Amino acid sequence: MTGGLKSESRLERALASGRFAVTGELGPPRNARAADVEAKCRALKGSVDAVNVTDNQTAVVRMSSLAASVIALREGLDPVMQMVCRDRNRIAAQSDLLGAAALGVNNIIALSGDHQRFGDHPQSKNVYDLDSVSLIMAIRAMRDQGRLLSGQELPEDGRPRLFIAAFNPFADPEGYRVVRAAKKVEAGADFLQSQCVYDMPRFRRFMERAVDMGLAEKAYFMAGITPLKSLGMAKYMNNNVPGITVPDSLIARLKGVPKDRQPEEGVAIACEQIEEMKSLAGVSGVHLMFVEWEHMIPVVVEKAGLLPRSEA
Amino acid sequence: MIIASRKPIDEIKGFIAGSGRILIVGCRGCVTVCNSGGAKEVEILASLLRLDAMKGGAKLTADECTLERQCDPEYVDGFAPRLAEGYGAVLSMACPIGPQYLAERFPSEKVYPALNACFMGGALAHGVWAERCQACGDCVVHLFAGLCPVSRCAKSLLNGPCGGSAEGKCEVSGETDCVWHLIVERMEAAGTIGELATPRPLKDWRTSRDGGPRKIVREELVR
Repeated sequence: MTGGLKSESRLERALASGRFAVTGELGPPRNARAADVEAKCRALKGSVDAVNVTDNQTAVVRMSSLAASVIALREGLDPVMQMVCRDRNRIAAQSDLLGAAALGVNNIIALSGDHQRFGDHPQSKNVYDLDSVSLIMAIRAMRDQGRLLSGQELPEDGRPRLFIAAFNPFADPEGYRVVRAAKKVEAGADFLQSQCVYDMPRFRRFMERAVDMGLAEKAYFMAGITPLKSLGMAKYMNNNVPGITVPDSLIARLKGVPKDRQPEEGVAIACEQIEEMKSLAGVSGVHLMFVEWEHMIPVVVEKAGLLPRSEA
Repeated sequence: MIIASRKPIDEIKGFIAGSGRILIVGCRGCVTVCNSGGAKEVEILASLLRLDAMKGGAKLTADECTLERQCDPEYVDGFAPRLAEGYGAVLSMACPIGPQYLAERFPSEKVYPALNACFMGGALAHGVWAERCQACGDCVVHLFAGLCPVSRCAKSLLNGPCGGSAEGKCEVSGETDCVWHLIVERMEAAGTIGELATPRPLKDWRTSRDGGPRKIVREELVR
């Protein structure tokens, strides 16, 4: 976070300027229609500094994150291309990184990836040649040392200038999560996007430790926000998603309004959370994961007073 | 040891369909220890198949024998006289190394695998076994409190747990311990958790199956 910028990323510029940054998330379609990606991009444009393009999330086959990222570029967005370790070995990973950078992708996020058991091809073989930490190390070596994992040198103007992200889940073992975040930062992550947060006291504890360890000076932390669309969703997230706890107070709030007004209440809760995040030490922005509810991102961004965002 | 389990009986019945005389060959190695292909299991399978043939009004001669080890040419060679009797099918109840050795040594015989090899592991309790090794060829369990993340993590992660770890269980199955949860617990208790803070260098998979089929030559033994 010192010295010049590492990439052409608009997101990096926004974060480096000290402005509270906003990223969104875009799931590519389960088909080859560019128009589906374009429609989601148009909904997000102007409301986010960058948009994560997911990589076959939940291990379901979708349009590749690289292709959808290029469509997002065409639409004037700054994509954060997801790359999971499940589907590619170090040869494919480095090749895709070179290709992505060549096509204008500026940001990359390295993830382990959901196990294929959850997806539409549970019969498949997985790769896991690398894990998220070693993938981050590989990306940094390409960018900063100008060499592939083989030692092969990259020409000065042929290095992928990528702004590198890591994902920060809150799953068990809870106490170890901040150590793992530190490991990702040491490996080379420039920014971290967290899993969605509902339990603010728990997130505060995490951030306090991260700040104490000096992590917030080495990398930007962006807090994950996903609005609770309904009471059912709140209960589902609380009971089924590792790392997520929805406090009783939020469940009670959703219970207190009629079903048709719950989405509105969920948006209100999300806006309040964003407000809290703005003043939380070490938090540099929010990552809005509105799964199949992307069109609500502009609404929340406006309500939360996060406009205007960076332009191309 | 290699932990194996018997194939579904219908699959085995398919192997021997049309054969009036079969030979079932057990092994006194790993599969005897894990109760899947020793003399006792050979006897059980033979009885099952005889009974099944009888129910269908057919006559089946199912001979039984158990070799010291089917993965050793010395014991497989000594087995030749048994095959002179002429069988329609030979069912190997060793791990799948056995049927390969039998088929190679006796190419005119129809040899079938009656077991599936499941994994390399050990017993947890009587009748319960679990995977403990993937033969990556570069053991690092000492770095992880004596636990193997290569074989026991569903993603073979070497730098800590993924986001799917929940209450000590793996995202892939609530029946499976998250090995990273165990590693963190043990290292916290031992006060060595700090060792996990440094990113692990990339693993060299050449010594694993990724380097192609493996072979060891011990010069001092080759004479």
